[in-house]
Amino acid sequence: MQKALLSSLAVLLDAGSLLTSNEDLRPYECDGLSVYRGLPLAVVLPETLAQAQCIMSLCKQHQTPVIARGAGTGLAGGAMPTKGAVVLSLAKFNQILDIDTYNQTATVQPGVRNLAISEAVASHNLYYAPDPSSQIACTIGGNVAENSGGVHCLKYGLTVHNVLGLKFLSMDGELIELGGKTLDDSGYDLLALMHGSEGLLGVAVEVTVKLLPKPEVAQVMLAAFDDVEKAGQAVGDIIAAGIVPAGLEMMDALAIQAAEAYANVGYPIDAQAIVLCEVDGTVNSVADYTARVEKVLHEAGASEVRTSQNEAQRLQFWAGRKAAFPAVGRLAPDYYCMDGTIPKAKLPEVLRSIAAWSEEYGLPVANVFHAGDGNMHPLILYDANKTGELEKTEAFGKKILELCVEVGGTITGEHGVGVEKLDSMCVQFGAAELSQFLAIKAAFDPEGLLNPGKAVPTLHRCAELGRMHVHNGQLPHPELERF
Amino acid sequence: MPDLTQNLQAAVVQAYQDKTPLNIIGGDTKSWYGREVVGEPLNLSEHEGILSYQPKELTIKVRAGTKLSTIADALDEHRQRLPFDPPYFGEAATIGGTMACNFSGPRRPYAGSARDFMLGCTMLNGKGEKLHFGGEVMKNVAGFDVSRLMVGSLGTLGVMLDVSLKVLPHREAEQTVALPASFTEAITIMSHWASKPLPVTAMCADGDHVFFRICGTNSAVQRSMKEIGGTLHGGGFKLWKDLREHELPYFNDPRKLYRLSVPAAAPFSLIQGSQESDWFIGWGGAQRWIKSTLPFADVQAYAKALGGTASVFRHGNRQKEVFGTLSAPVLKLHQSLKSSFDPHHIFNVGRMYKDL
Repeated sequence: MQKALLSSLAVLLDAGSLLTSNEDLRPYECDGLSVYRGLPLAVVLPETLAQAQCIMSLCKQHQTPVIARGAGTGLAGGAMPTKGAVVLSLAKFNQILDIDTYNQTATVQPGVRNLAISEAVASHNLYYAPDPSSQIACTIGGNVAENSGGVHCLKYGLTVHNVLGLKFLSMDGELIELGGKTLDDSGYDLLALMHGSEGLLGVAVEVTVKLLPKPEVAQVMLAAFDDVEKAGQAVGDIIAAGIVPAGLEMMDALAIQAAEAYANVGYPIDAQAIVLCEVDGTVNSVADYTARVEKVLHEAGASEVRTSQNEAQRLQFWAGRKAAFPAVGRLAPDYYCMDGTIPKAKLPEVLRSIAAWSEEYGLPVANVFHAGDGNMHPLILYDANKTGELEKTEAFGKKILELCVEVGGTITGEHGVGVEKLDSMCVQFGAAELSQFLAIKAAFDPEGLLNPGKAVPTLHRCAELGRMHVHNGQLPHPELERF
Repeated sequence: MPDLTQNLQAAVVQAYQDKTPLNIIGGDTKSWYGREVVGEPLNLSEHEGILSYQPKELTIKVRAGTKLSTIADALDEHRQRLPFDPPYFGEAATIGGTMACNFSGPRRPYAGSARDFMLGCTMLNGKGEKLHFGGEVMKNVAGFDVSRLMVGSLGTLGVMLDVSLKVLPHREAEQTVALPASFTEAITIMSHWASKPLPVTAMCADGDHVFFRICGTNSAVQRSMKEIGGTLHGGGFKLWKDLREHELPYFNDPRKLYRLSVPAAAPFSLIQGSQESDWFIGWGGAQRWIKSTLPFADVQAYAKALGGTASVFRHGNRQKEVFGTLSAPVLKLHQSLKSSFDPHHIFNVGRMYKDL
């Protein structure tokens, strides 16, 4: 069976586009979450749509799962290969097909990097807004699959708010077109459904994105606080003052110290928290909003407020934040990045619990926080070489996610579920919701060949974990065995 | 502020068992939209009330039967608003109906649509199971995005019980300016200003003029007005409201009202059998209205040639298809999705497409 598939693929693709040796497969064994690894049957790198379509229908014919892969920067193991599956890399689909300055759109192949879009349209004073921190490497196809965010989502939205059209392949290899350069399309909003579907519903082969005019000016304020709660309060006060910042970020003491040691940008290392608040727009409105934000920050008890005076300084203020992950990476052999989202008002409460658990588990935590939209990234520091430490870290992480759900939030704001958060999905959703997800999956992919085993856990898995939600004292699906 | 979840759930479970078709009704202000539905009425208008509103979180959670006006008043107290500027089409309009139709006003191209501001919902599926998707936070990628799928599905997938929405602050200043322009000129002018970083929040054209609404801080509005030029239009507030509510004299016409969703800068040309007075252009060029007796097929072909779609928004025969024809694979996905939510096809059958 597998032999037959491989020989058909070998006829279709040249040698460089079909990888099967252990040595060649190894670079694809994981995505950005390297603790989960696996080797596929093969990696294919088609160059044309016709090849990609043939690959899909051959895999279907041979009942072989297909795992689509962009740049492999995902942080939840969504692109992790599984035994016997074919990894479909879109790396050679890397062309920008159309830049339409009249309609302010760009149509690109899925392997085009996020930042490459903004670079390609910069001369027209346009840009593509979503800016995940991996934007120099991650691809737009992966951004659609994960519904990626970034530091500017509060004002400019997620990937789903910035994509107008999508062409994708079904498991049959059929090309399906949604939207285009219009603001909406007939029928159900399948375009929204495809966003964040983690390769379970189809494989993106062409994406049309909305471009925005570059704001005339952006200015960022950096405020230091001697207390995390005051910083949290300041974030709410900015919003209450009627300002929608382009970016609103927060870091705690450990993250500040790590970022400063790494990037040397002049962060106040004795602060308990800093808030970064960027406003953008016309020169006039930015001047107005800056004055207002400065006032709010002072009133909220900031010990110091700095405002960028030029573009170089603005980038310097951001450099520390943008380097936070690698900076924290120097503090310990490994770190585990969480991605829960909470209502902003719950921040002090959640941070207190994280601090208490950090003591209990003996694992330090650095916190960076997309404060504007409630998306937290606690980074748990650990050493994978110490026996049992990874398991301890994962247990700690799951507790954080459970708390996020408990306070009215979610287990993942922008990184996705992948293989990593399957168990946490059992906390967030009950059997009825999970069954509905599985039914949606079956509507697109009846045989379950598109990235199976990711994003949505089986009811059986949740039942085994004993994590099934119990609604109104009634256990769902009593017919299932529980161990 | 009654919670009618149990009654509604019981009614759906009964309908599922008996395979009785249901016709979901909120404020009954948009029954003219979509195709005709035959079914037992399932009324949501009394399932109403604001469940939580956190101005600092920029989120509001409301029962589906809550009136738009109730929501607008509550938000207004904190100088906030629904960013997508929804049309009411009647005082009784509810948020459930608005989300089911994905109706957005003149601000849509610049702020986003109803769907863009949907954060989460609780719903009943066709078996009467109560399901909760999304949440009250801005970012959430746990599970498929069912909440946004529900928006615009015209009640064919389930009964929305409550929705959580992102809200935004009011702008402090607002002005409207007008420049003389034919439709052809208007498209060029609107495309030009859409690519500039000015706080424009609405653009439309009536064939004689192109109108701009500018919102923001006072100084930003003053400066943008100078840059765009034209003359100050005193009746700006009324213009945008009347456009949103289809209360402009243009809309007072018994002929079919076609809605075209096309690329904003698609060149203007008269479809054969129409004249300029039959047209109105909104959403900066992306939404074009035609009053006409032309067959739907002709208008669809015209829209398709521009890279867009067409629908019969108002009037005409509501037993025939009124929304853009779906490609075969997309229609197949619609049918399987419908069955996955509503296995006995009890919800608003045919409201969107025949048999769906």
